[in-house]
Amino acid sequence: MSKNNILIAEHISMQFGGVLAINDLSINVGVNEIVALIGPNGAGKTTAFNCITGIYEPTVGKIVFDGHTVIGAFPKNRQKKDFLGTLPEHEIERVSNTPDRITRKGMARTFQNIRLFGNLSVIENVLIAKHTNAKQNVFSAVLRLNSSEEKRMLEESKELLDMQGLIEYKDERAGSLPYGLQRRLEIARALALDPKLLLLDEPAAGMNPQETHELTELISKIRDDYKLGIFMIEHHMDLVMGISDRVYVLDFGKLIAEGTPDEIQNNEHVIDAYLGVVEENA
Amino acid sequence: MNFTTFLQQCLTGISLGGAYALIAIGYTLVYGILRLINFAHGDIFMMAGYFMIFAMAVMPWYIAVPIVLIATTVLGVLIEKTAYRPLRDAPRMSVMISAIGVSYLLQNLATYLFTALPKGYPSIPVLKKVIVFKNLSTSLVTLITPVLTIILVYLLIALVNKSKTGMAMRAVSRDYETARLMGIKIDRIVSFTFAMGSLLAGIGSILYFTDRMTLYPFSGSLPGLKCFVAAVIGGIGSIPGAVVGGFILGIGETALAAAGYSTFSDAFTFVLLIIMLLVKPTGIFGEKAVDKV
Amino acid sequence: MKTKNKNSDKNKYRICSAAVFILCILLLIFLEANKYKYSYITGILVRSAIYALVAVSMNLVTGFTGLFSLGQAGFMAIGAYTVGILTIPVAQRPAVYYMNGISPVIEKMYMPFWAAIIAGGIFAAFCAALIGIPVLRLKSDYLAIATLGFSEIIRAFIASPQLNKITNGSYGLKNIPSFPNLYTIFGICAVCIALIVLLINSSYGRVFKAIREDETAAQAMGINLFKYKELSFVISSFFTGIGGGLLAMFMGSIDSKTFQIALTYDILLIVVLGGIGSVTGSILGAFLITSGREWLRFFDEPLTLAGINIPLFRAGFRMVIFSILLMAVVLFYRKGIMGTNEFSWEAVFNLFKKRNSAGAGSGRSDIQDNHSDDGVKRILNDREA
Repeated sequence: MSKNNILIAEHISMQFGGVLAINDLSINVGVNEIVALIGPNGAGKTTAFNCITGIYEPTVGKIVFDGHTVIGAFPKNRQKKDFLGTLPEHEIERVSNTPDRITRKGMARTFQNIRLFGNLSVIENVLIAKHTNAKQNVFSAVLRLNSSEEKRMLEESKELLDMQGLIEYKDERAGSLPYGLQRRLEIARALALDPKLLLLDEPAAGMNPQETHELTELISKIRDDYKLGIFMIEHHMDLVMGISDRVYVLDFGKLIAEGTPDEIQNNEHVIDAYLGVVEENA
Repeated sequence: MNFTTFLQQCLTGISLGGAYALIAIGYTLVYGILRLINFAHGDIFMMAGYFMIFAMAVMPWYIAVPIVLIATTVLGVLIEKTAYRPLRDAPRMSVMISAIGVSYLLQNLATYLFTALPKGYPSIPVLKKVIVFKNLSTSLVTLITPVLTIILVYLLIALVNKSKTGMAMRAVSRDYETARLMGIKIDRIVSFTFAMGSLLAGIGSILYFTDRMTLYPFSGSLPGLKCFVAAVIGGIGSIPGAVVGGFILGIGETALAAAGYSTFSDAFTFVLLIIMLLVKPTGIFGEKAVDKV
Repeated sequence: MKTKNKNSDKNKYRICSAAVFILCILLLIFLEANKYKYSYITGILVRSAIYALVAVSMNLVTGFTGLFSLGQAGFMAIGAYTVGILTIPVAQRPAVYYMNGISPVIEKMYMPFWAAIIAGGIFAAFCAALIGIPVLRLKSDYLAIATLGFSEIIRAFIASPQLNKITNGSYGLKNIPSFPNLYTIFGICAVCIALIVLLINSSYGRVFKAIREDETAAQAMGINLFKYKELSFVISSFFTGIGGGLLAMFMGSIDSKTFQIALTYDILLIVVLGGIGSVTGSILGAFLITSGREWLRFFDEPLTLAGINIPLFRAGFRMVIFSILLMAVVLFYRKGIMGTNEFSWEAVFNLFKKRNSAGAGSGRSDIQDNHSDDGVKRILNDREA
């Protein structure tokens, strides 16, 4: 099973001061699978994302991406499983990577509160993602020695925008796009990185039912076209239950359920802890 | 170097450190609240020197000193009102540039009004009184500076910790937006902060220039930068930090000059800054801030 | 129809650019021929060109990469001293160093001016690379003060007695040969600025802008923040060093006081006036400020109006006016002349059309739209007020 997993997170815990934001979270995402992480507000979903992408260093745990351990803090003596706060520093083995390095290994993400380069044009936003994979150095770029490479980047970016229905806006300021299109652009920008795994942090937040429906189709189309794994945080149950292969449920930093959408919908814990709450709020 | 010279240098260093500490507090207070390096602070300090020259020309020192302090305080508040307040919601870089602009303006204004030639600083007879202890001789100002610094800092900390205004200041420095929503009158707090900072810079100016005796329009720029560094070393936003930083710089600089490297005494400050930023960017008393993604 | 219009417009703009270019060349030829007659104006123009180069390279870090660096004077000093030390004719060196003597290491070291300028740039870039390692990890305002501090350290080193035999300490360097002709100096400035523009418009320039916009998002795009900040900082310092070298050649004699913090502030004010994030703005700002200083000189002369001597006018008044003007720009016209836009003929013609609002055709409808927009905004504002 682990051979076909693009992402494996093992026993992740994250402590902020005295608060245990994530408690022993283990998840995996298959190479061509759509996996969703759901849970009430403040359950620790975005923190989990930030641990996986390298923005935070988890207090304990290990993240294996594409067969390599990218982040981890685990005991050298593998027998000890639960060592939170009990093990001296010299007995902990640490692996750390900066977010940019993890991205270059093939993990791309979007942000909950859209983070586009607002003053740059739509196409420039995509071109920036293409930069690190381009075969060029600063001299060839300045002196325009490698114009075929530049042309290739431009063509590929246009293609991506075309697929996302953004081509007509390519010269607009990214910050001036309507909200829904900004979300789409953020996804396009992440795809421009040629990722093996795409992490979407609440892609449907703030969208109306029509837009959400389109997004649902888009996400499964991306999975099929690009043959990549998708791991997303989402609140819209229609979207989650409609396209996810598997769903994880997080509550107070702890995993309370895992399974196919059908299983989750019928899981008592989940109904108690999560779905019930949502209905009350609604 | 014999023991007497050593003690003499120690006194000089501590005294210089005291003056630095008083100026550094101004930086720390303003940075704590507005997250702004008030580049003009050193020039306020310089202007206080000129105020003193003119005040002392027509009145005795005990009237001149309060008048100078009031004038300096007014100048500081005025600068905040005209140059920083309109940019309250502007990007930080704009505000910083405005601060540099004010500094530039004050220097040019001083050059225009008082010429670029150094002017003699009036001596206050009481402060200049020479005290001889065994074979150690020093003027009273050298002894008064550190003592006065400590007293003033004590009062300031009491003010910040105990008074209602002080509580508001701490609230604003912790979270500007929330403080505003809680009904704290931000503008008044900011004005008050600038008033405090400028008042202390005024006192620092009297102590500093009494020891140096000459003043010219650029006298404030380098001490100003150094005092900002002192504030950073101590941990920007922390009042005791600014004091400790001021003393470290004052003593270190004097020691370097005594060892014969006076050309490097200015560079020393910045070397210290870089080292500090590398080792502990938050300074000696600073708190760590977490960025939320 | 539309594309045809666009093409003819493009041709029009091209012709305008060519005309301006030819005009500049003609002016240059004229000035070169009458160098001695117009030495005052030529001096102002040369200084403007050098400041334009330094301002554009400052804009690269500050405006395009979003790093507020204030180390310009220091890097200029490095470039200037390198050029000075390498180009003073060997025969004249004993006279220049007569107070302290000259170190045997540099006594016979000589380079033609162009090589010395490049060496100055490389040396400045090298120092920037070292400085960048600690300071570029800092937040914006710490970066400002740390680079400012470094510039002071460099100055202290240059003036220190320990380096007397190399930098001639506080006596400074004299007899630095000037440029062979005006074409060289303007040519070097133009080529350097063109290289910076090419960089800004390249894929690397886009990355710099991305870092300015949002560091976290840039990192999520696989961009190594430190690497690109360092790159921008080093390249900017390289060109600043070249600017310093040119300044040394222009001035002929330099000392450590030439490179005080005030010099950095001058450059900063040029960048701010021109617009942070606009290359053409910086160039425009450099020429305006440098020549503006000269035009404002009359404020420094005593002025007698109708027999009454106006007391305000005396030495130093010019700089006061100057700083008030700049404060006005900072406070009320924060974007500067160009904002983040670049110069384009289209904008100039549109401005022109707006003035004579009798313009017809497609241009006109645009303008009307603008007007109505403005009108709506005005109404809204009135309501708010």
